[in-house]
Amino acid sequence: MRNAGDVVLSARRLVTTFDTPSGRLRAVDGLDLHLRLGEVVCLVGESGSGKSVTGLSLMGLIDPPGHVTCDEFWFDGHDLTTLPESEMERLRGRRIAMIFQEPLSALNPSRRVGDQIAEVLRIHGLASRAEATRRAVELLGRVGIDDAQLRARSYPHQLSGGQRQRVTIAIACIGSPRLIIADEPTTALDVTVQTQILDLLTEMQTSLGSALLFITHDLGIVAELADRVVVLYAGQVVEEAAVEDLYRTPGHPYTVGLLASVPDVDAPRKRGVALAAIPGTVPNLLEVGTGCRFRERCDRAHDRCGAEPPMITLSEGHRVRCWLYAGR
Amino acid sequence: MLGRPLKVVRAVDGVDISVRPGSTLALVGESGSGKSTLGRCVARLDTPTGGTVHFSGKDVLAAHGAALGQFRREVQTIFQDPFSSLNPRRTIGDAIGDGPTIHGLMPKDAIRDLVQQLLTRVGLRPDHADRYPHEFSGGQRQRIAIARALALAPKFIIADEAVSSLDVSIRAQILNLLLDIQAERGLSFLFISHDLGVVRHVADDVAIMQAGKIVERGPVDQIFTDPREAYTKALLHAVPRATLGRRHRDGVVARTSMSTTRPIS
Repeated sequence: MRNAGDVVLSARRLVTTFDTPSGRLRAVDGLDLHLRLGEVVCLVGESGSGKSVTGLSLMGLIDPPGHVTCDEFWFDGHDLTTLPESEMERLRGRRIAMIFQEPLSALNPSRRVGDQIAEVLRIHGLASRAEATRRAVELLGRVGIDDAQLRARSYPHQLSGGQRQRVTIAIACIGSPRLIIADEPTTALDVTVQTQILDLLTEMQTSLGSALLFITHDLGIVAELADRVVVLYAGQVVEEAAVEDLYRTPGHPYTVGLLASVPDVDAPRKRGVALAAIPGTVPNLLEVGTGCRFRERCDRAHDRCGAEPPMITLSEGHRVRCWLYAGR
Repeated sequence: MLGRPLKVVRAVDGVDISVRPGSTLALVGESGSGKSTLGRCVARLDTPTGGTVHFSGKDVLAAHGAALGQFRREVQTIFQDPFSSLNPRRTIGDAIGDGPTIHGLMPKDAIRDLVQQLLTRVGLRPDHADRYPHEFSGGQRQRIAIARALALAPKFIIADEAVSSLDVSIRAQILNLLLDIQAERGLSFLFISHDLGVVRHVADDVAIMQAGKIVERGPVDQIFTDPREAYTKALLHAVPRATLGRRHRDGVVARTSMSTTRPIS
């Protein structure tokens, strides 16, 4: 692991609910998260696991009918549970920045990208009007866009997907954020472009010394990027570990199944042998009762799984929410 | 359009492919490579400007009338997003039964039985026939799309990114279903995908497309273990591996050296 620095974000028992016509849905249900400066934490999960909602909740971007509660929520010395929205607005986009999957919807289609970057510089009070345009071109060069002078005058639709994501990374890094939250930033990109964007993102994070919370469903990216991994299932953390521990000794049956389900590009096809899969589907969050949420799909399920499984520490920093490890 | 001269884009340019009976040819490429257009031409959903398509020895592009009807039965396509290929206001039983009804293959009762058999075969329940598309998850919808394709007893299935939008744990279920059905029925597949991990485990032969052309083709193991073309090598190198091996072997060094290369995008 890279040298872990000070804790920059600490959330205890984060709960995000949405009121729907069919009842209250707990999209994130009691998440504990601690992020240190300089580290990359990957938040892994499938659709409906709550990984994106977690990112939005940390950014303070959940609007009604959504509702966020948290026992403790510290960011960079601020108590966010009591921080007024006006103060939060000063942190958001500057000290906590977010990068989304689809840069085309994060950028204004009718404004030149250089102007959009310049605007953010001015809003954060980091450049005067005259200076902002020059700094915007500089930043475009910094994130690896060729002919930055010319490209600053382009509209988002004139850029490739990779270039657009470079622009949103430039914007995210303007305020020297202490925490960057990236939600599937390469999912819409081709693999060769994906590699470049991941390199750029980690390079920026390293030079800023910030924490990076990387939200993804791709276990290949996690292996290449993460220092620590948090695995979500149906709104709850089921496992948390340093990346080496997670891949060498995954504890939760869901993590084990997930790792086995990734087709290995380096292993020959075994004809007549089924690919490893996890049976069943993710439970409907409106219908989950008590007990382990994975038990319906788990090949090691047991009677006791009907009761809420405890979070058990296997080794330092390696925690698993599973009865298998109780009483060891 | 708007008085501008039309530019001709050669989305697919002088490509030759062939699929052996009972085998799977994977067509691999990045966005814009022309892989989907090629698939649509093979299915006669698009008409190529030139060239020929032969299926079971017959000229597909020249087919009309009964011959075209037969082709449309024998060749079925499964798309990436089953939600957009299912009518939200019709039950999935109707959707699956459409093909046999339109082609006038069997009486109504027989179609109902067939629909129930197919639903069971793809891992759903017979009573699901009365439900609507929105009541199903993404994986279940792809099962429905497979059932619908099978309703016409096809010989050839074109799967265009058929598992790309599915979660990892569900994707393997659907791939296993496709492979089982292929073995049962001796189907031939044209499997269009950008996912090299998946391709390695379903394909017999692989064709790599780039900018409308096939840059390399061969048996699956040869393409993955001994690629000849630089583009194929770059694609294979770029796939993130879900193992710690590469990171621990050449991790930081490799990352630094890669970030100094000129961006492609």
